[in-house]
Amino acid sequence: MIKVEGLTKRYARTVAVDNISFEVEKGQIVGFLGPNGAGKTTTMRVLTCFLPPTSGTATVAGFDVLENPMEVKKRIGYLPETPPLYPEMEVIEYLKFVGKLKGIASRDVPGRVDEVMKRCAVDDVRDKLIGKLSKGYRQRVGLAQAILHNPDVLILDEPTSGLDPKQIIETRELINSLAGDHTIILSTHILSEVEHSCERVIIISHGKLVAIDSVANLTNRLRGSEAVALELDAAGGRPNPTEVQQRLETVAGVSRVMMKDSKNGKLIFEIESLQGKQIRADLARTVVNSGWNLNELRSVGLSLEDIFLQLTAAEQKDTEPETQGVQA
Amino acid sequence: MRSVILICRKELNAYFTSPIAYMLMAFFALIFGFVLFNATRDFIRFSFQMQAQGGGAPMSINDQIITPLLGFASTITLFLVPMITMRLFAEEKRSGTIELLLTSPVTDLEIILGKWLGAMLLFLCILAMSMINVALLFAWGKPDLKPVLVAYLGLILQGGCLLAIGAFISTTTKNQIIAGGVTFFVCLMLWLLNWFTANDTGAVYQVINYLSIVTHFDNFSKGVVESKDVIFYLSMIFFALFSTSRAMESLRWRS
Ligand SMILES: Nc1ncnc2c1ncn2[C@@H]1O[C@H](COP(=O)(O)OP(=O)(O)OP(=O)(O)O)[C@@H](O)[C@H]1O
Ligand SMILES: [Mg+2]
Repeated sequence: MIKVEGLTKRYARTVAVDNISFEVEKGQIVGFLGPNGAGKTTTMRVLTCFLPPTSGTATVAGFDVLENPMEVKKRIGYLPETPPLYPEMEVIEYLKFVGKLKGIASRDVPGRVDEVMKRCAVDDVRDKLIGKLSKGYRQRVGLAQAILHNPDVLILDEPTSGLDPKQIIETRELINSLAGDHTIILSTHILSEVEHSCERVIIISHGKLVAIDSVANLTNRLRGSEAVALELDAAGGRPNPTEVQQRLETVAGVSRVMMKDSKNGKLIFEIESLQGKQIRADLARTVVNSGWNLNELRSVGLSLEDIFLQLTAAEQKDTEPETQGVQA
Repeated sequence: MRSVILICRKELNAYFTSPIAYMLMAFFALIFGFVLFNATRDFIRFSFQMQAQGGGAPMSINDQIITPLLGFASTITLFLVPMITMRLFAEEKRSGTIELLLTSPVTDLEIILGKWLGAMLLFLCILAMSMINVALLFAWGKPDLKPVLVAYLGLILQGGCLLAIGAFISTTTKNQIIAGGVTFFVCLMLWLLNWFTANDTGAVYQVINYLSIVTHFDNFSKGVVESKDVIFYLSMIFFALFSTSRAMESLRWRS
């Protein structure tokens, strides 16, 4: 449904998006992740024909954004980062305007607007001036505007920003209910949102694609590299932290050893494994064989947050060994 | 066409839900009424004097009141236009609603035409305020209708031209104040150019004079419709709106 090939977008000085390629199939929900300034909004703007690409191509439903923008625009619903609202209009008036702007037949507009207002829970403010709405309500009206003409493709730039927790859940459910008939790309900083809604994740950082995979695979792949918390002490006296660290690093399959804490002769480490390596048994053996007491050894698992941080940090340094296998 | 009307209505709605439309109309009605009052008072005084002296050419309301009055209206236009056009695109760019317009299935041209038409209609409403005063003159005296209509045609064409230029300037910035300021400056220059070149006959002056939007109004205010003036205004409107669409395109490419 959406196909991006070698897309680059250069602003006057910055390269906002640098040669990224991906595809999204019909009916999928894809999460677009990346730290601030990664180029998410820019990519979305190219997909919605707001900005032309500097090089590369982007097609939506088989139509190129440069050659056939009109066809692309007909098929896209877009919620920009700041909802595009006219403060001097009432909610219902605004939605009617957008409905006609999107090319809905005049007689179908009121029905569609009613339906969408219910779906996005803005029914109770329908006659209020948009300029007097709270931020969360504005966001909801923005979302209503995006789904109004029942587009094949929905592009949502941080759809849940500014919403209260209840509304976040409702919006998430709304988005999930739209999946299937609609292809959805949503950008977000909230990782749990990706875990809940998205089948696939695209992670970009500094304009470059760092990972593209299903949520399950991504978590598994990095959970396959487990993280272990380990606490030990020496039977008599204090163990030398550097010595212990060096000893632990020699264990097969260990990629990184970090000392978290040391108090009263107890040392606490966090240890990450290389991918697909089980290290707990070997660690236990090493500790015991060295004559230390093993107080605790437990798997801590990597959260999506950790994965995200690892991937996007790796992009900056490019030397972190544990992420090399994840480069898409 | 449907989109043009839709956007035009949206613009009108924006003007009339804010105080700006009413302010401009009141401002225009007030100044116009004041000038009319003065002109009429002088006219009456002179005609009494003429009668007392006996004879002299009969005075005409058209020449003594209406022509200068509508000529004055043409000058006022220069001040009204920036106020009308400054928000057209600048405000959409600032608030981000331009993203809605440019990602909806409407062409740039439809957006531009819709906005320009909206501005035109507001301008007509403002001009209509003067019609009340002119109607009074008709009730009171017997002026010729034709020169009045011609002068209004001239005002409308000149206004359309300046509004198109203002729309163009509004696409180049997100700041309404800058858009309004630059438009005002351009209008002022056009007005001053007209002054500087009024009595000169050099080739350069003639060219400037031809390009000056204000000079083409002179014939209209005399009640004469010259096709060269009409063509000039229509082509200026076309050219300014075309430049607006080019500007929108190039801004997209550059930003
Ligand atoms: N209009 C612009 N002119 C120049 N540079 C821009 C413009 N818009 C964005 N950029 C730059 O392009 C880069 C990518 O910006 P973009 O808005 O796409 O990031 P983002 O991923 O959406 O970030 P965020 O999470 O903060 O929304 C940034 O370095 C930004 O400074
Ligand atoms: Mg963004």
